[in-house]
Amino acid sequence: MLQRLEHLLGIEDLTREQISFILDQAKPFQEFQRHPLKKLATLRGKTVAIAFFENSTRTRISFSTAAARLGADTMNLQAEASSLKKGESLLDTVRTLEAMRPDGLVIRHSSSGAPEFVADRLGVPVINAGDGTHEHPTQALLDALTIRDRKGHLEGWNLTILGDVLHSRVARSNVHLLSKFGVRITLCGPAMWVPRELETLAPNVRRVTRVEEALDGADVIIALRVQTERLHEPALAAEEYILRYQLTPQRLQLARPGALVLHPGPMIRGLEIDGAVADGPQSCVLEQVANGLAIRMALLYHLVGGAAVEPPPAKPPEKAQ
Amino acid sequence: MRVVEKRQLLSAEEISRTLQRLAHEIVEKSGGTKDLALIGVRRRGVPLSERLAKTVKDFSGVDIPVGTIDITLYRDDLSTVGPQPVVHSNEISFSVDDRDLVIVDDVLYTGRTVRAAMNGLFDLGRPKRIRLCVLIDRGHREMPIEATFIGNSVQTSDTEIVEVHLKEIDGDERVVLVDRVP
Repeated sequence: MLQRLEHLLGIEDLTREQISFILDQAKPFQEFQRHPLKKLATLRGKTVAIAFFENSTRTRISFSTAAARLGADTMNLQAEASSLKKGESLLDTVRTLEAMRPDGLVIRHSSSGAPEFVADRLGVPVINAGDGTHEHPTQALLDALTIRDRKGHLEGWNLTILGDVLHSRVARSNVHLLSKFGVRITLCGPAMWVPRELETLAPNVRRVTRVEEALDGADVIIALRVQTERLHEPALAAEEYILRYQLTPQRLQLARPGALVLHPGPMIRGLEIDGAVADGPQSCVLEQVANGLAIRMALLYHLVGGAAVEPPPAKPPEKAQ
Repeated sequence: MRVVEKRQLLSAEEISRTLQRLAHEIVEKSGGTKDLALIGVRRRGVPLSERLAKTVKDFSGVDIPVGTIDITLYRDDLSTVGPQPVVHSNEISFSVDDRDLVIVDDVLYTGRTVRAAMNGLFDLGRPKRIRLCVLIDRGHREMPIEATFIGNSVQTSDTEIVEVHLKEIDGDERVVLVDRVP
């Protein structure tokens, strides 16, 4: 019996069965994107609050569109991170959201753990759209769906994640998800961005410094965006990154024939990825975007649609100190 | 509360003869097979629609297209009962525009399933016509929905359930009337 999902806060605590269920449930929503009329009444009358405390266009639009296509209304909150102590400002936000009585919440925040903090207090289903450097579960799910569709299955192949793994919640969620299916994972990038501790994230994870070694035998490659602001901590010239880690057509040849190339986006062509690779037949970036919509629709359908008529009582907010 | 079998409505042979007759009726009342297509409602409408199409092919030589529709996303009772039901994909490889469609399902009861199926079909295009073919019409309509092609009409009470068993899904092949008794 599948344990019923109440929130989607991260991949780490999901079982293989739950993950497979979500991927399977995304299939009808993939097919739905080809309908001439992309509007359902399934979540009619429900309101989904989309609260992004970090800048994002793609993920936010993806969630908004997913909710709208299911017939739900959305409340769009975009707020700069407060200069107040993080705990305080988040509580204020929670109270504001409670007052508007949404039926579900999608939240992106710069603090790891913020979605869980909110989920404990709000009493409605919460979906984590990215929290700090912790997790980005819907990205890992759409990546897994993309890979599964192309390869047929999620077991027993080799994944290489290239780039700034340390600061990447996308990388973490992908590692959690794919290691549950027995994927062998290689992390590679500049040494300060791929510390040894990351090998303990999950079983079957190794760290490698040379990109040639990392790509040898890879069936799937995830290229991470270089967060250019981090090129100064410590100093790493963009030219050096390109020279040593850029995913070029020549380097792609080192991987298995037909190896898949994924990128969470947005891509910086000419930095972490060569344009020819980004546009080539092995690139799955456009499928990733389309699958993101299907995954998010499936999650909203099950979490927001299936919420109990009486939500569990929310814990009363703590009094300010 | 337990479930008790009251009587068998159709045997395997009777199901087969009924489907044969329905296939002929559909083609006759459509003036041929032009633009005709069958849409099986998941789950048991699917094998029924496939069998009807095969019968039509056997006597007319024509392959009429068959699609399947899942009505889960179009139901009117979602969010009233705990966790959401599992959704499945539609499989309609042809355009429904200007098609003469026949929705195929096992039992017609309140009509809500057919209402949902029509909603789903209208999201896909604009059919020329939609009619309904069911193996059993058990009455108790709650929507203004009627079937043009009916295998058997049966009078039932509210507590009774018409169970259609098809070998593709259930292993055995028969239609039974069951009742819920305390």
